[in-house]
Parts: sequence; C-alpha cells; structure tokens
Amino acid sequence: MINLIYLTTLLPLLGFLINGLLGRKIKNEKVIGIIGSATIGISFLVVLGAFIQTIGLPVEERSNTVNLFSWLSVGGLQIKFAYLVDQLSLTMSLIVTGVGFLIHVYSIGYMRGDKGYWRFFAYLNLFIFAMMNLVLGDNFVVLFLGWEGVGLCSYLLIGFWYDRKYEKGTTSQAAKKAFVVNRIGDFGFLLGMFLIYMTFDSLNFKEVFSRAASFPIAESTIGLIALFLFIGATGKSAQIPLFVWLPDAMAGPTPVSALIHAATMVTAGVYMVSRASIIFASAPAIMTVVAVIGLLTAVIAATIGLVQNDIKKVLAYSTVSQLGYMFLAAGVGAFSASIFHVITHAFFKALLFLGAGSVIHGMHEEQNIQKYGGLKKYLPKTYFTFFIAALAISGVPGFSGFFSKDEILWSAYANGGFVFWLIGAITAMLTAFYMFRLVSLTFYGKERFDHNHVHPHESPAVMTVPLIILAVLSVIGGYIGLPKVFAGEHGNLFEGWLEPIYAPAMNKLAMYGEHTHLEEILLMTVSIAAVLSAIYFALYIYRKNPQIAENVSGKFKGLYNLLLNKYFVDEIYEAAVVQPIQNGSEKFLWKIFDVKFIDGIVNGTASLVEKGSGVIRKIQTGVAQSYAVVMMIGIAIVLLWLILSL
Amino acid sequence: MTSIPMEYYLILSAFMFCVGVAGVLIRRNAIVVFMCIELMLNSANLTFVTFSSYLGNSIGQVFVFFVMTVSAAEAAVGLAIIIAIFRNKKTVNIDEINIFKW
Amino acid sequence: MNIQLILFIVLASVGAISSVVMITRKHAVISAVFLVLNFFALAGLYLLLNAQFIAVVQVIVYAGAIMVLFLFVLMLLNTETEHKLFADKRAIKLFAILISAFVFVQVAYLIFHGNPSRSLTPDEAASVKAGTIQAIGQQLYTNYIIPFEVAGFLLLATTIGALVLAKKKFE
Repeated sequence: MINLIYLTTLLPLLGFLINGLLGRKIKNEKVIGIIGSATIGISFLVVLGAFIQTIGLPVEERSNTVNLFSWLSVGGLQIKFAYLVDQLSLTMSLIVTGVGFLIHVYSIGYMRGDKGYWRFFAYLNLFIFAMMNLVLGDNFVVLFLGWEGVGLCSYLLIGFWYDRKYEKGTTSQAAKKAFVVNRIGDFGFLLGMFLIYMTFDSLNFKEVFSRAASFPIAESTIGLIALFLFIGATGKSAQIPLFVWLPDAMAGPTPVSALIHAATMVTAGVYMVSRASIIFASAPAIMTVVAVIGLLTAVIAATIGLVQNDIKKVLAYSTVSQLGYMFLAAGVGAFSASIFHVITHAFFKALLFLGAGSVIHGMHEEQNIQKYGGLKKYLPKTYFTFFIAALAISGVPGFSGFFSKDEILWSAYANGGFVFWLIGAITAMLTAFYMFRLVSLTFYGKERFDHNHVHPHESPAVMTVPLIILAVLSVIGGYIGLPKVFAGEHGNLFEGWLEPIYAPAMNKLAMYGEHTHLEEILLMTVSIAAVLSAIYFALYIYRKNPQIAENVSGKFKGLYNLLLNKYFVDEIYEAAVVQPIQNGSEKFLWKIFDVKFIDGIVNGTASLVEKGSGVIRKIQTGVAQSYAVVMMIGIAIVLLWLILSL
Repeated sequence: MTSIPMEYYLILSAFMFCVGVAGVLIRRNAIVVFMCIELMLNSANLTFVTFSSYLGNSIGQVFVFFVMTVSAAEAAVGLAIIIAIFRNKKTVNIDEINIFKW
Repeated sequence: MNIQLILFIVLASVGAISSVVMITRKHAVISAVFLVLNFFALAGLYLLLNAQFIAVVQVIVYAGAIMVLFLFVLMLLNTETEHKLFADKRAIKLFAILISAFVFVQVAYLIFHGNPSRSLTPDEAASVKAGTIQAIGQQLYTNYIIPFEVAGFLLLATTIGALVLAKKKFE
C-alpha cells in the first residue's frame, strides 16, 4: 500500500478536474458531493493501509520513498517528484484525509442550494491535493509546491462568495489579504530554500538533514536558514507578525474555516518546522525566537478572543492562539508534542467550527453571538458535541486536549523555564474562559433573537454525523500520548512512534534536565485547577449574571476597546507598511521613474536617432560638386597617409 | 632638354591638375566644369610625355594618343548630355540640377 | 642659361597663368579662349620634349576640334553671364581651393622626395627617336593594335551616342 501512496494525491486531483470541468453540467448536487467526498475517502483508506503496513515494519525500515518521476534536472540540481512515507508524513496524512473526509461529508449538507456547489467541491479537492503534496513531499520543492497550492486554494475558498460584502470590505479583499500576507512569508521560505541549497548542495530532505547532522555548519548560516524557514511558517501558520489574515479568512464558508484554517493548512508551518527539526536544533538562538513568538502569539490572541462577538472570530483567534502553543512546543525542543497538539487540535477545532457552522446554518446565517442565547433546546446534537469540544480545548483532564496541552506546558517548564510555563498556563485559563463564554452566550441563558424572523433548527444527519465522529475522536484521541509520569518511560506511544524522526535533533539539544515527577504532577494540578476555575467563572458570569461582564468592560473601557479592535494591528500595518509602499509606488516609481526615466530613455534613443539622421541626410545634396569635394578630401587623406608612411 | 630637370615638368603638371580640380569644384556652369576636366586630362598627358621623353621610350606617347581619343569622345557625349538637360531645364547651372538628393 | 630653359620658363608661365585665369572668368567663352591658349602652350612644351607627333596632334585635336565643339555648344546654349564667382557658397568654395592647394603641396613633396633625376640619365638621341611618328606608329600597330581597334569602336559609339542624346524628339 505504501507504493500506492500517489493515489492519495492523484484521486483528489481527479476529483478537482471532474467537478471543476464538468461540475456545471452535473445538475445533481448529490453526485457532485459524492464524487468530491469519495476521492478523499478512498485516499484516507490508502493512507490507513500504508500506516498499518508501516507499523508492521521494523523501526529502521519505516522511512520509505516512493519515486514518481524526475521533475527538474538542471545542472547539478536534481529534483525528483517523490513522496516520503515515514512516521511524520503518515501522521499528517491521516489527519488531512481523515478530518478532510468528514468535512467534505459535512459540506454536502452545509452548501446545499448554493449556486457554486460544484466549484466548492472542486476547490476543496484541489486543496487536499496540494496539502497532501505538502506533507508527503520528500524534498523542499515538492513541499513548496504544496505550500503555494494550499495558499492558492485558501484564496479561492475565502473569496468563494465573491459577490458578498464582508465587514468593511468585500470577501475578495479578505481573500487577497490572506494571499498577500502568505506571500510575504513565502518569500522568507524561498530565501531559506536558496540558503539550504547553497549550504547543503541539495534540496532533498534525507540528504539535507543527514548533512546537517554530520557536518559542522557555520552558526550564522544555519541560524539564517532556520530564521527564514520560520518566517515562512509565521505566514502560513498565522503567528506574530503575519497573523492578520486569519480572522479575515472567516469570510469564507464555515467548512473552509474548519478544514483549512483550523485543521490542516495552518498546521503546515508546524509540520515544516517539525520536519526540519535538525536545522532548528542546530540553531538554538532561533529555537528561542520560535518559542517566544509562539508564546506571545498564544497569549495575545487569547486576549483578543475574550471580547469578540462573532462566533467565527472567537474561533479564529482561538486557532491563532493554539498554533502559538504548537510553536512554543517546537521552540523548546518538544517536536512530537507540537505534532500531538496538531492532531488533537484538528479534532476539536474542526468540531468547533463545524458546530458553529451548524449554529449559523440553523440561525439563518446570523453570526453575532449577542443575538444567540438558549439554543441548547433547539440544536441538541450540535450543543452536545460543541460542549465536548470546548472541554477538550480547555484542557479538561480526560479529553484529548488535556494530554497534548499538558505535554507542551511541561516541556515549556522543563526546557524553557518557569516564565514560559506561567504564561502558557495563563493562556490556558484565558482559553477556557473565552470558550465557555462562547458556549454560554450561544446555548444557555435567555433567547436574544426575534422569534418571528428566526426559527432555529437542528441540522440534517449528513452534518451531525461528522460532528459526532469528531466528538468521539476529541475524547479518545489523547490516549495515544499519555504522559510519562503516568504511563512510564515508554508509555507515550505517540512520542515513541515519532522518535526516529527527531532523533538527530534530540542529539543536538540538551534536553530535559533533571526534573522530578513530583514537579510535573504539581504543575499539572495547578494548571487543571486554574482551568476549572476559569470555566466556572465563565459559566457563572455569562449564564447567570451577564451584568458583571458589562460592568467590567465599562470600567476598563480603554482596554476593552483595545482588545475588541485587536490591538489595532491591521490599522498599524496599513499606515506603516501598506500606505508608504502604495504612495512610493504611485508617486515615485510610476510617475517619476517609469514615465520620466525609463520612457525617457526609450523615447530619447528614438529621438536621438531621428535627429542624428536628420543631420546626416544633409550630406546628400544632389549637387555633384559637393560629392567631388568629398572625393578630394579623401584623396588628400590618402596622400597624407602615403607621405607619412615613407 | 638635358639641362631642364624632370621635376620642373612634373611640378607644372601637378599645378595644372590642381588648378583643374579647383575649377571643377568652384564653377557653376556645367560646360566650364567640362573644360576644367579637359585641363586635368592635359596635365596627365604632360606627365606621360615627360616620362616618355626622359626614358627614351615611345610607349608614353602612345598612351597620350589614347588619352586624347577618350577625352574627345567624352567631351562629345558630355556636351550632348548637357544639351539634352538644357532642353528640359533651360539652365546649365549645376546648383539647379540636384535631383540626386534624398 | 640656355635657350631651352628660357623657352621652358616662358611656355610654362603661359600655361600656368592661362589655366588660373581660365577658372576665374565670369564669361564662359573667355574661359574657353584661355583654355585654347593653354593648349598652345602645352603644344610648345611637347615640342621642347621632342614629342613632335603629340604636339601636332594636340593642336589639331584638342585646340582645333574639341575646343571648337565647346565653343559651338556655348554659343548654342547662349547661357547668361554668371554671377560673381564668390557671390554665394563662399565657405565651400574657399574650402575647395584650400584642399586643392593642399593636394598640390602633397604631390609636390612626393615628387621631390621621389627625385627621379637622380636615377635617370636622359639620352637626347633616344628621346628624339621616340618622338617620331615612326616610333609611335611602330608601337601602335604592333604591340597596341587591340587598344587601337577598341578606340575606333569607342569613337563609333560616341558618335552614335552624341547623335541620339542631342537630337530633338520626333514629333
């Protein structure tokens, strides 16, 4: 089955082509939806088969390359289009195809009646194609192909409803913003790739990483490489300073937000950092940068999410915050913990978004949570699964989120220090608080909507069944990564599974100093207590006594405004970056440089030739005598030469 | 003859030639230009005869014979052309016969 | 100072001066007359060089035929008197004179540099013999017979050409 891994990219591509080219003619929505979902379903089965096959292999043989064809052959640069099937890529592939399949099925119901139904499934399949190339590629170029491809699909899908307004602009503007900000990150990634080729003379993962592990590379070079790669990751995975596109990406349909901006695309940066772990491990300074940025992003995004009133915006900032956790883990050397959080986050965040979609669908496209309230009795299945997801993301023990988040917090303490743990724990509290604020305002309390106009109803089975499946995964998904303190030295199955990938990096890092089990259990207890109390407060305030929230926001009006306007980051970027570039381009580059200078050169050359020829043509006077004069001049010159040569 | 250095004849010939050239370049009447050309040819004849005499060889004078023939022919045809032009343009002023230009 | 040198000086002066005068006259017929004077001077010089045949042919053909042709055409065309020589286009005319003078200086320098007298020992008797009709005819009809015939053709072509070019169109 490993050798058939190319099917996982080929089938979605076929789905894209069929739905894209013929979709308009196929009037039956069911057929389009089935084609779109079946390709991903079969891909999932193929990945599952490869996974089972790989488990059966001994550890040394778990990394297999499937060559497809030779793609670029330019001088010394040989790029093959090949897939690397190893533990890390299989893990990511399972998530991408598995969660992707569930979201496709959900979309069959969610997008019903939309006039671009066929376009939606075509783009979704294209996205899976690009994402699979990203996680399966065995060299940086195939990864970059997928990287750009998912960026493109993100743009296409955010602007899916291209004729709608969104906040102060249009959906197309939001899509453009996502693409442009991504591009800035991609520039960093490209620089990193160039440096990698210059330093290691190859772009193939196996070759680059083995050379990075064995040969000593200049600290500054490897640091620059890691920095550039990380810049690419901040663009794709919405970290500071390039996170501004993710909240705007909520302009797209909710399944898009679930799949691309929660479960898969935004984790591409984490995957890339994980894959290049040896490079990062060789540059400790950059590792610190990664951890700090991850931490800051986590806490700042959480504070913004506290006060947002759009259900999808809360979830968007929550995603940014959780991605910060993943980078925090990677930055302190706990690469397998970051991937673990990718997995659990995929489960509960996709569930949260799909549940939100169900609510939005039932409330006739209303997204403002201030207009919700008491929906528990109208959407019971949605409420139940949503609640489970909220528990998971908050890190309540027993659910998947607890295991992954706890792993991250412990690694932050062990390798980063107390401050890292403290801020991480505070963020966990904030996470719990805003999640349960969201739950309360949506499902509990008084009904704040107009009963005459809005009739909330539960979603059909095709939408609720994926919710239930994801809810189950959100509960049991964490048990593959039991912490060592409970399950013993080799009890963390997930860490053991990924260990061979990170072994070279771990050798370079001074890991896990002497810390006792007692410390770990103590910290775990403290964070659990903090989280539970945050949940209690949230439920108390928003369920029983919303006045308290009003009073607090009234007293701290300035702070409230700052948070509500997301620290005015967009406005700062607009003034500091966008406007100057636009002005510079328009006033200088266009009006002066292009018009006067370049056009001047081109036109000037032409007029120079014209004037020159205007002068030269006067030699032909038509009078034979003037020609004779010229002849005499020639004779005089010849004679002169003759005399001088005597 | 022996007492006159050969250079004197050659210098005279060169002088007449250059005078003829100046005449060709300066004069505006086409027929006068032709006469200056005849002057140039005669200076060449003088050179030939000088060399023939001082070398004691008659080949130079045979050549003069042919030069005279060609000169006569050229004068005849040239004047015929000038007559033909005169019929069209009513002038033999070279400055006004300038159709060769751009 | 023998008679030859004096004759040479006189004839050369006449030739040179008449040529200069010729190119500066306003009236074209006067220029033609001075050219005839120049030819006579040249004929005298030829005689000084023992080239009897050429001297006579010079007078007959050049002065007698070609110049008459010129004068006929001049009078036929009845051109108006030219304007003063340096009335217009002064710069080019001045330049033309200068360039001609410059070329003359260069050629004079070359002649003196070449110094033919140094290597040449002229023989009076051979020179006289070379100038006779017999000698020229000898060369003309044996070694140069073909150019001779071609010259004949040339004159034929000239005659026809002149006829065709100068005649009036048939009405």
